[in-house]
Amino acid sequence: MTVSDAVSTDPLQPQSAEQAEAIHVWNLHKRFGALEVLKGVSMTARDGDVVALIGGSGSGKSTFLRCINFLENPTSGVIRINGEDIEMVSDGAGGQYPANRRQIERIRSRLGMVFQNFNLWQHMTLLQNVIEVPVHVLGMKRDEAIAIGEQLLERVGLSAKRDVYPAYLSGGQQQRGAIARALAIQPRVMLFDEPTSALDPELVGEVLKVIGDLAKEGRTMLLVTHEMKFAREVASHVMYLHNGIVEEEGPPEELFGSPKSERLKQFIRTVS
Amino acid sequence: MADGSIIPEAVWQTLALLSPSPPGWGGNLLRGLLHSLQIALGAFGMGLIIGTLGAYGKLYGSPLVRDLAGIYTTIVRAVPELVLILLLYYAGTDLINRTLEMAGYQRIDVSGLVAGIVVLGFVQGAYATEVLRGAIKAIPFGEIEAARAYGMSPTLMMRRITLPSMLPYALPGLANLWLIATKDTALLAVVGFSELTLETRQAAGTTKAYFLFFIAAGALYLLITLFSNVLVARIEKWARRGMPSIREARS
Ligand SMILES: Nc1ncnc2c1ncn2[C@@H]1O[C@H](COP(=O)(O)OP(=O)(O)OP(=O)(O)O)[C@@H](O)[C@H]1O
Ligand SMILES: [Mg+2]
Repeated sequence: MTVSDAVSTDPLQPQSAEQAEAIHVWNLHKRFGALEVLKGVSMTARDGDVVALIGGSGSGKSTFLRCINFLENPTSGVIRINGEDIEMVSDGAGGQYPANRRQIERIRSRLGMVFQNFNLWQHMTLLQNVIEVPVHVLGMKRDEAIAIGEQLLERVGLSAKRDVYPAYLSGGQQQRGAIARALAIQPRVMLFDEPTSALDPELVGEVLKVIGDLAKEGRTMLLVTHEMKFAREVASHVMYLHNGIVEEEGPPEELFGSPKSERLKQFIRTVS
Repeated sequence: MADGSIIPEAVWQTLALLSPSPPGWGGNLLRGLLHSLQIALGAFGMGLIIGTLGAYGKLYGSPLVRDLAGIYTTIVRAVPELVLILLLYYAGTDLINRTLEMAGYQRIDVSGLVAGIVVLGFVQGAYATEVLRGAIKAIPFGEIEAARAYGMSPTLMMRRITLPSMLPYALPGLANLWLIATKDTALLAVVGFSELTLETRQAAGTTKAYFLFFIAAGALYLLITLFSNVLVARIEKWARRGMPSIREARS
């Protein structure tokens, strides 16, 4: 799964024909008490890949995404990020948790997550939101972070709003700000969890445009979305999740053009 | 006073009792005020530290920590403050001295100031625990989650996200606690600490000008409150900088 037309300018992303693995997940299981939400999901995302996760409500898409940066602890399975295996220890009750908090924090600080509800920090201006992690987690110099932050805000069309608090911004503006915050950490992979689901219909376009541009420039991303048309446009690989397993996956043309499983056929009919 | 003044000589003589230098008692009152403020500030500060630890303990602690914090807040809030002060003051100093003696050291005189701060701080801590716990719970969950997702360590998250975000929710409660602290200093009069109320009682008892001195003390307490209100309003405005005002939202 490599993007054919992508030209990466990111120094973090090697240009070799066989791109390096950014995220490798194998046989991931996750249960909440008696409820098994993920039943052995595997996935590999190489640099430049745009993997779209689609599926019905409750199929486990968010849970899968949240396991990747350990906002949820997977019950079992292998997760390798930037070629680094995450060590887990058993909690003695059938679950496991990361052995090394520092390792998780380091890995998280290279995965730019964008949430459905934006989750900008309300007590900080937009620019402060964008430079917070570079300065306080990654130890970047403030001046440098501000310079980068201003560029990023310009990119997402929010230069004029740099000193505005999130509560005074529209949903679309907040989400574009949240994307700038994610970009500010120079993420190896960006994780999007339904980035447009909380938006009024007329604001969806501006956010999709920003994400689409990122995909075009070769950003590696994992995208949970209900926007099928958009997934078809930007994704290099699509995974259809149903009841915690990957029911079908492949390039978007195949998956949407000639779906094999009955469920996927029906899913595509109902959402489009 | 000069003849023809509309204020009788007797009133001037009485008011002269408030003069800051002897034979006036004003200096004693001001010294008492200073002591009261020192204790209130110290106790409030200590209460904030205990409260932060207590709130985190109650929210994120192990079962044992949660139980201990629960016992602390329940008992302190159940027992009248006066009883707690007597208990902690006498039993506390006694305990310290016994321990010292057993370890072969000399008895010490616990300074009234330190004892006052510790005793009131211990009481304040219980209430602050509850105020802060509620405020932390009021933070939109997504903001904490974003902090986690971006690799913040627990201490960094506390400093950069949790504490500033919960401040708007905590301030009204904390402002109450501060005012209570300034007035609870008066309870320390029972253990003979010369704060404002005790100084006032002594001045009044000696001069028999009860009305004058208690009105003066009341005015001082009122001044503290008025000044605090101004300060709290400013802090609240700053803490709520990211939040549209309630009034705007109504119109
Ligand atoms: N913290 C939790 N505790 C218990 N159950 C949970 C928890 N989080 C998710 N679940 C359950 O796991 C299942 C999958 O949830 P998930 O949020 O991953 O679905 P989703 O595919 O993202 O759905 P949607 O499209 O509605 O966002 C659901 O049945 C949900 O109720
Ligand atoms: Mg979801």
